[in-house]
Amino acid sequence: MIKFTNVFKTYAKGGLALKDVTFHIAKGEFAFLTGHSGAGKSTVLKLVYADEQPTNGEVRVSGYVVTDLSPRDVPHLRRRLGIVFQDFRLLEDRTAEENVAFALEVTGARRSSIPARVMRVLTQVGLAAKAGAYPRELSGGEQQRVAIARALVNEPQVLLADEPTGNLDERATRGVFQLLRDINASGTAVVMATHDLELVRTAPYRVIELQEGAVVYDSDVDEPAAGGSTA
Amino acid sequence: MTLTVREALLAFRRAPLLSALSVTTIAFSLFVLGLFGLVAVNLRAALRGVAERVEIVAYLLPGTPIETITTAEQDIEAFPEVASADYVSEDSALARARRELVEFRALLRELESNPLPGSIEIKLKPGYEDAAHVNAVADRLRGFTFVDDVRYGRDWVEKLDRLRGLAAAVGLVVGAAFAVVAVIIIGTTIRMAVLQRSREIAIMRLVGATDGFIRRPFLLQGALKGLLGGLVAVGLSYTAYVLINRFLISASFFNGLQAVAIVGFGTVIGLMGSLLSVGRHLRRV
Repeated sequence: MIKFTNVFKTYAKGGLALKDVTFHIAKGEFAFLTGHSGAGKSTVLKLVYADEQPTNGEVRVSGYVVTDLSPRDVPHLRRRLGIVFQDFRLLEDRTAEENVAFALEVTGARRSSIPARVMRVLTQVGLAAKAGAYPRELSGGEQQRVAIARALVNEPQVLLADEPTGNLDERATRGVFQLLRDINASGTAVVMATHDLELVRTAPYRVIELQEGAVVYDSDVDEPAAGGSTA
Repeated sequence: MTLTVREALLAFRRAPLLSALSVTTIAFSLFVLGLFGLVAVNLRAALRGVAERVEIVAYLLPGTPIETITTAEQDIEAFPEVASADYVSEDSALARARRELVEFRALLRELESNPLPGSIEIKLKPGYEDAAHVNAVADRLRGFTFVDDVRYGRDWVEKLDRLRGLAAAVGLVVGAAFAVVAVIIIGTTIRMAVLQRSREIAIMRLVGATDGFIRRPFLLQGALKGLLGGLVAVGLSYTAYVLINRFLISASFFNGLQAVAIVGFGTVIGLMGSLLSVGRHLRRV
């Protein structure tokens, strides 16, 4: 599903961001990417959704080789992914429903199919009742749910979440995390970057820890029998 | 396509102030261009009026047989530069003089013989009223044996020539300058619209929108703004024209084609401005 092979990434001014990163995340898996801020978590995700190109090595995502991807193919890769951020990235002047529908519209989905698909994912994230609300009328947790609904509406094979609970209080964090677990349980792979170790400990998922751009711990490799552990 | 239209129209509703500002800016840039165009149109009409009065007169030797003159008239009309050649006989020249030169009426009446020569009056086709063509025709007329003298306002034609050259040069330079200013201003307002929506563009890219998809509503929006701006500019120019006509001088307005050209120019500039702004934005992020 997602395969990094000896990936190096150097930013023009920022020095080395990733150092010889190799891992493989299988279909339907749930994996945490942990590490301090600046350790390279976001860079790994950016390479997955082809916002950045590796300086060296190979990145494969859902059948695409990101390294060889032409700019024309990038949108098609992204349609197979759902992406969620710490700051939600919702359009402020559209309702929850419109924000989700937007993701379908831009991919050229059949117009008649849009309302039903939008309502289905809003129901899935527990926000069907607030479909007509604008982001500013929603709490942080609710806004993140809208963002997750938007990420899910295209039925992605992988959900990428970059610190999805970073702006949320404890209760909202638990709710959003449970939602991600449910999504994973229904078959979607989830890659979640977080520095919230509390959260990581509560779930028996794979953990890949980055430090200064290098993988220093991978529960699959280092403790395969344990089936997941904390860093 | 319907989505493109809807998104383009939504942008007007979501940012009415910025949209109005863009349209107004485009309208005024084109209005300045339009005012200049009005000056150019009127100057050209005035020059054309003057040019139509360019006339060459070939005076004939007395006693030239009428058959020779008729043949010559036909020959001259066959010149590529010539619009018409009319024979004015000695008698009709005298009649005209009596009619037009009222002060000398008494003197002319008392004449026993007609002192006025017969002549052929030649008018040139539009576009041939410059010094070079006038001189060429005059030289050819002098070649006829029965032509005594050829008259035309040489200095005057040369001055008209210079005036026309000057008007064309000034028109080109000032017009181009105004057009460049209009393009820059319009490009800037559209760039503002793009920047205002940069967040939206980033999100569109994240959810897998193609660049073409992102670009289309902006292009349509830019073209619409240009179109509206062009229409307003033509309206403003018309108002200016009505006021000038009422209070200053009698002027002429654009013909339909020129008005459409202004609106079309606005539309193209709006389109180009969006294409450049969005293209640059998409390449950068």
